[in-house]
Order: sequence, then structure tokens, then C-alpha cells
Amino acid sequence: MISLLLILIPLFTGLLTFFLKQEKTAKNFSIFSSVITLGTVCIAIFFAQNNQLLFNTQWLPALGSRFSISLDGMSKALVLLTAISFPVVFIATYTNKYKSSHSFYALMLLTQAGLMGVFMATDALLFYFFWELALIPVYFLSSIWGGEKRIAVTFKFFIYTFIGSLLMLVGILYLYFNTVVPSFQIKDLLAAKISLKEQNILFWLFFIAFAIKMPIFPLHTWQPDAYEQSPTAVTMILSGVMVKMGLFAVLRWLVPLFPESAKTYSNIVIALSVIGMIYASLIAIKQDDIKRLIAYSSIAHIGLMCATIFTQTVIGTTGVMLQMFNHGINVIGLWIVADAIEQQLGTRKFSELGGLAQKAPSLAILFVILALANIALPLTNAFVGEFLMFNSLFQYNVWVAAIAGISIILAAVYTLNMVQKILYGNTVAATEKALDTTLNINWMLIVLVVIVFALGVYPQPIIDLTKDTVNVIVQNR
Amino acid sequence: MNAIILSALGGIVMMFTGIFTQNKIVIKNIAIITLLLLLIGNLLHFYGIYMLHVDVKDMLQFNNFGLFFNTIAFTSTLIYFLLSGTDITKVGINVAEYFALIFFVLCGVSILTSFHNLLMLFLGIEILSIPLYILTGADKKNLKSNEAALKYFLMGSFSTGILLMGIALLYGASGNFSIESVPSTTSKVAEMANSSILTPLGLLFVFVALLFKVSAAPFHFWVPDVYDGAPSVFTSFMATIAKAVGFIAFIFLFESRIAELGPSSRIIIPFVIILTLLIGNITAVFQQSVKRMLAYSSIAQAGFMLFVLYSNNDISSEGILLYSVAYSFATIGIFAILIKMKDYTFEGYNGLAKKEPLIAAANTIFLLSLAGIPLTAGFFAKYYMLLSAIKANGQNALWLVIVAVLFAAVSVYYYFRVIQAMYFKEGNPEIATTNTSFKVILLALAAIIIFIGLFPTVVLNFLYF
Repeated sequence: MISLLLILIPLFTGLLTFFLKQEKTAKNFSIFSSVITLGTVCIAIFFAQNNQLLFNTQWLPALGSRFSISLDGMSKALVLLTAISFPVVFIATYTNKYKSSHSFYALMLLTQAGLMGVFMATDALLFYFFWELALIPVYFLSSIWGGEKRIAVTFKFFIYTFIGSLLMLVGILYLYFNTVVPSFQIKDLLAAKISLKEQNILFWLFFIAFAIKMPIFPLHTWQPDAYEQSPTAVTMILSGVMVKMGLFAVLRWLVPLFPESAKTYSNIVIALSVIGMIYASLIAIKQDDIKRLIAYSSIAHIGLMCATIFTQTVIGTTGVMLQMFNHGINVIGLWIVADAIEQQLGTRKFSELGGLAQKAPSLAILFVILALANIALPLTNAFVGEFLMFNSLFQYNVWVAAIAGISIILAAVYTLNMVQKILYGNTVAATEKALDTTLNINWMLIVLVVIVFALGVYPQPIIDLTKDTVNVIVQNR
Repeated sequence: MNAIILSALGGIVMMFTGIFTQNKIVIKNIAIITLLLLLIGNLLHFYGIYMLHVDVKDMLQFNNFGLFFNTIAFTSTLIYFLLSGTDITKVGINVAEYFALIFFVLCGVSILTSFHNLLMLFLGIEILSIPLYILTGADKKNLKSNEAALKYFLMGSFSTGILLMGIALLYGASGNFSIESVPSTTSKVAEMANSSILTPLGLLFVFVALLFKVSAAPFHFWVPDVYDGAPSVFTSFMATIAKAVGFIAFIFLFESRIAELGPSSRIIIPFVIILTLLIGNITAVFQQSVKRMLAYSSIAQAGFMLFVLYSNNDISSEGILLYSVAYSFATIGIFAILIKMKDYTFEGYNGLAKKEPLIAAANTIFLLSLAGIPLTAGFFAKYYMLLSAIKANGQNALWLVIVAVLFAAVSVYYYFRVIQAMYFKEGNPEIATTNTSFKVILLALAAIIIFIGLFPTVVLNFLYF
């Protein structure tokens, strides 16, 4: 029952926010709502009994679809990430001005409802519904409040994802007809009798949908543009939480449903992921825009996670679970910094920035820590995850691990280059008038940095959360 | 039977109303009341309450499926009257006649949902079509309207000719007009007729004529000009109810007879589906006028509805009903808004969300429904069609289904252009003033579409009571 609340709270507060005409009320109300959600998530994860985390009721009996959600180990980490991100994003961007801001916050909360649903649904049709419900508000958010090329860019993003999800729908329908009893429940789909040939076709139908969302090379072209053009608050959600939908779906649906195909095609998928990692890292080096750099760096990180999933080891899957959470925290931190710089100085280009550390010391310290976490330095959270993942890749194939390892070096190159150009050197005209960041932003960055260090030193809580499901996923094949 | 009698009577009543009063509001309200009576009469039929007992000599047969489609058609028309009734009265001076013609179209619809004889099929199609030809030309002083009417009439007569030829051949094969004497996979009536070339040829002719009526490619050429040229209010009606009923006629005749078209039927139907989807979707992408875009999109939607012929199972029959509801409701809503606009191009919609937020929101829901986005009725409509295809042919249908969903993604492109214009672009759209009741009905319609999108089975349960 408590899991249902996690969807209902953002859904209803979101709908309510449409009618709050006052900007301040809408802002405060959405922060209030997201904090309540966070509190509910904490209660659900740390105090609730397991049977309270399930919710299962009739929805479309004639179609064999049930409204069934469950907060199991795998979803716990991501639901927690979703619940943390929204208040952080709302508070950090508190001073940003949006025209008709009540609609902005309403759509953000609706996105949260969709994300919660995606991470908890255990019915394929319901999963598909939430998958789209999370997409549509983002389409409007980015198209209305985005940058100057927003309409075309967001549309590209939408069409890409929509094609993917339609292919997934075809796959779901096909599976549905091969279940023993007509049903969309994941346990019935797992028991479906399908031949190896069918499995191979269905694998690609699902994989394309998820690969677009992650994104995996060569389906990534929507991503840098969309990240750049969306309003930064939306970009934080997009890259912090939404891309995890793709990874999560691979773990929850793709690998368990088609274990043989996942093994057969693991080399192709891993090759694509590794190519994407190197490719995105190389492009990131040449970027002159903070947002685009983070976007490409994000492709590289996601590529590593996707490759590791297909090595199918316990240690690797644990690493992916951990890293999905950590990457969300780190990347949201970086976006907050990018947004703070852009809001104050009106530019995101390194070439126009420099010497910011002298003007904004507290921002500089926090920025450096987050940048180091992005490179996965020891003591930061990303180190643990990346270590586990590389360990698993190494077991799979030494050469793959070696090539993928280059991306770590490249990550250091572009991240440090960015830090250096923005923070150090002589102050230029643009940074001359810079002030240190506001309290909101600092506090939110401090929260994130605390999580970075805490999980860097002691990642066990997240590992414990996901341990059961990791074993289920890996043993299932 | 109630529906046929009442709709014909309704038409006559409307004609006479024109003699007694010229007051447009009175005429409109009489039309709405008559339609309500028609709807009630049809619902009474469900419970076995008849107005008259007529011996139809088995030329008509009534079943829940047809009656339910009648209910859909009449409800859609009611919504159409409520939303666009005032605009119908603005087309020309013969206000009562327009309503009368619409009732005659509904009479044709009722015949087509119950025919059990090829002559009745022919009569139904003619009763349906002739009023539509007149309505297309209703804007007498407009050259485009005249051109459209002439085109529609010529092409329509041509297709009727083909239909008659087909019926004649079938009659030649069996010596009987009853559709039971047309051989089907379930009943092999006459061995002689079965072996004869007349049956497949006759069926093929009827098939082509019906494809023409539902605007499937390659018999779609009349659609864009006619839909564009006709007064917008009537395009709305033509594109929804008059078109959806074509599929019902298709099901009654071809449900068990697709195979009788000969071995090529397995190629013909996928070919027609893909061609229809291709032409409808790709051409719609390049349109500058929303009205013309809707004409092409209606071809594209027909492509999806044609899946009913491909699958021929219980899911597809349920699906076509759901599709008719979803498609008719959304299209009527979009046209009701389009009629109010001064400029029919995409630019004409620029900035509508600022000026009329409620209308823009409703329009968005209608467009999302046509595009088949989840949470709207249109999603389940498409869903049922795809589901039925996979059920019918399993793995062999997979490629067709994948092609269809890719075209559905293309359709997002042109439907979303309207949303983009309304929400993301600046402009000052010229829109006729609308009263509160218009907005309320529009929002109620949008709410119904979302409700069906969440619980489609509520609508379909109707079929089984």
C-alpha cells in the first residue's frame, strides 16, 4: 500500500499544482510535496514490512493486465534516487524564474509520478504506461521552457523514444500471447514458452527501446542536444534519473526475459557500449560548453554500466546497481554547478570563463569534489561502483576491459580540463562580477557531497538494498 | 429496426421543420431532440422493445455488434450536434435540410450495420452516400465546395458501379442475393458456385468498392480534395461516422470470406494496409493546412482500421468498435475547434494555448489520442488492432505490426505540429468567440477520451449485456 502512495503523492500534488497561480506557492508546495515523498520512501525502505511494499489490484481484467507494483531491492535504490533528486533539484533551482511556473512544477511532479511507476511496475502493460507517462511531461517541459532550438531538439528526443517504446510494445504483445495464462505479470512472462528464434527477435525489439533511452551508441544522437536545450532543472532529472530507466529496464525486463539471447548478443552489446564510451569521451574533450561536456561524459558512464550488465556476474551487477545511484547523485551535482554558473554569468562556455575560484570559493570546492567523483577517484562513491564494474569486465574479457579502461583516462582529461578552465587562471571579464553562490545551492551541493563521501567510504547500505535482486537476476539464467 | 425507422422519420421531420420555422436555434434544438429519441430507440432495441414489427424477409439481421455500432454513431452525432450544431446553421440558408440529410446518412448507417442481403448493402451505401454528396456541395457559392461535390459524386458513382457489378457477379454465381449464399470458409453453400470464377471476382469487386468508401489506398484519391473542399462542419461528419461504418459493412460481409478472394488475399490485405499507412502518413507530413493534414491522417487511420480484415477475430471486432469511438470522438473534437479558427494553416494555431488555454488543452488530448499515446482512448484502439494481428498470425504478423507502429511514430510528427504551434510558438490566433457550454462539452469529451484510455473495457462490456 505504501508503494502506491509513492505514485499517488506526486501525481495528485502535481495535478493540484496546475491550479496554484502564485509562483511562490507553487514552488513551496512542490518542494513540500517532494519532501513528503522522500519521507515516505525512507519509511518504506527502512521501516516497512515486505508485504506492505506490494500492491496488486484489478485493472483491465479482460486484457489480463493488473495494476501491480512492488518495491523490491532493485527498485529501492532507484526510487530512493528519484525521491532525493526532486527536492534537491527544486531547492537548488529555487531562484530560477519560469514563466507560468505553476505549470512547470506541476509537470515536474507528474514526471516524478511516472518515474516512480516505471521503477515499481511488475506488470508489462503498466510498465509501458508509466514509461510514456514519464516521457510526455518532459516533452512539454523541455519544449516550453528550453533554449532557443528547443522545439526541434525536444521533438527529436520524443520521436526517438516513442519509436523505441512502440517496438517494445510489439514485443510485450508478442510475449503476452505466449504466456500460459493470458497475463502481463512479470512472473507469467518469465514462464512464457518462446523458441530461441523468437527470443532473439524479441530481444532486439526490447533492446532498441532501452538503448534509445540510455542512450547507447549509435542511438545516442538525441541526447547531447536535448540536455543542452532543456531547462537545467529538467536536464538534471533527465540525466540523473531518467536515463536510469533504460538501465533499470534492461536489468528488470530484458535480461531475465531473454537470458539466452542476452548471452548470445552480449558481445555485440558490449562492443557497442565500449565504442560509445570511447567515442563520447573523445567528443567530450573537444567541447567548449559545460552542459554538452557533461552530456557526453554521461554517455560514457552509461555505456560502462550497460556493458557490465551484459557480462552477467554478481559483482558486476552489484556495481551497476551501486553506480546507477551514484551516477545520479554526481551528475545532478554537476548540473547544479553548471546552472549556478549560467544563471549568474550568462554563459556556459569555458573560453569565456576563468578564475572563478577566487570569486566563488565555496562553489569551487564543491565543484572540484563533484568533478573528482565524476572521474571516480578513490574515496568518492563512483570509485566503488566503477571498480566493481571493471572487475567484472575484466573477468569477461581482458581486452574489452583494457579498451574500456581508456575512458577513465579520457574522463580525467576532459573533467580536469573543464575544472581548470572555469575555476583557475586569470579572472576574465565575465567572472569579474561573479558572487559566491546562494545558500540554497550550497546546501544542496553539500548534501550531495556528503552522499558522495559517505558512499565512497561505506557503500554497504546500497549494496544491501539491492543484494537480493542481484542474486535473483544472476541466478535466473 | 427502431434505428432505421426513426432515423428516416427524423429526416422527414427535419425537412418539414424547415417549412414551419426559419429560426436556426429552434431547428438545431429539434434536431438534437430527434437525435436523442433515435438514440433511445436504438437502446430500447437492446432490450427487445420494438416500435413496429416488420417482416424483413431475413434481408436484415440485428445483433449486438451492429446495434452497439449504431449507439456509437448516434452518440458521436449527438456530440457533433452539440459542439458544431451552431456552425451547421451557418453554412447556408437551408438549415433544416442539412440536419435532414444528416439523419438520412444515419439511416444508411443503420442499414449497413444490419444488412443480411447484398441488395441491402447496396441500398445502405447509396442512402449513406447521396446525402453526403449534397452536404459536400452545401456551400453553394464556394467554388471549392462545388468542385469537391462533383468530384465526390463522380468517383462515388463509379465505385457504386463497381459494387453493383460485384453484386451482379455474386448473384450470377449463386442465384440469390442473401449473403449466406456467398460461400465462406464456415459454410460451403453451393459446390458449383464455389468452383466458379464468378464468386472470387464478384467478391473482389465488392471489396474494391468498399475500400473506396473507407478511403483506403489505392482508392483514396478523392479524399483530400473532398475533405478539403467540403464545408468543415460536414468534413467532420464525413470523416468519422460515415467512414467508420464502412468497416462494419466490411466485417459483416468479409468476416469469414477473406479466403474466398483467392490465394492472393494473403498478399492483398497486407499490401493495402501498408500502402494506406504509407500514403496517408507520408503525405500528411508535408501538409501546410491542418484541415488537409486531417484528411490525409484519416487515410492513415483507415490503414490501422484495416487490420480488422487482416486479423478477423474477436479481438479485432472489439477493436474496431473501440477504434470507431476513439477516432470519431477525437476527430469531431478537433474539427469543432478547427471550424472556430479563421486560419486553417499550422501557423494559424500559433499561441492558441495563451489565448484559449482550455480549448488548447482539449485539442491536445484529442491529438494525443489520434497519435495513440497511452492514457488516451486512441492508444487502446491501436493496441487492440496490433493485438488482434499478433493473435491471428503470430510470428508472421510481426513484420506487419512493426511497420504499422513505425508509421504510428510518423503520425506523431504531424499531430504534434499542431501541439507545438499551440504551446511553443508565439502568435495571435484568430478564433471565433466561443461560449461556456462549448468549452464544457469539449472538456467533457476530452475527459471521456482519457477515461476510455484508462478503462477501455468499460466501453466494450457494453457489447455483452
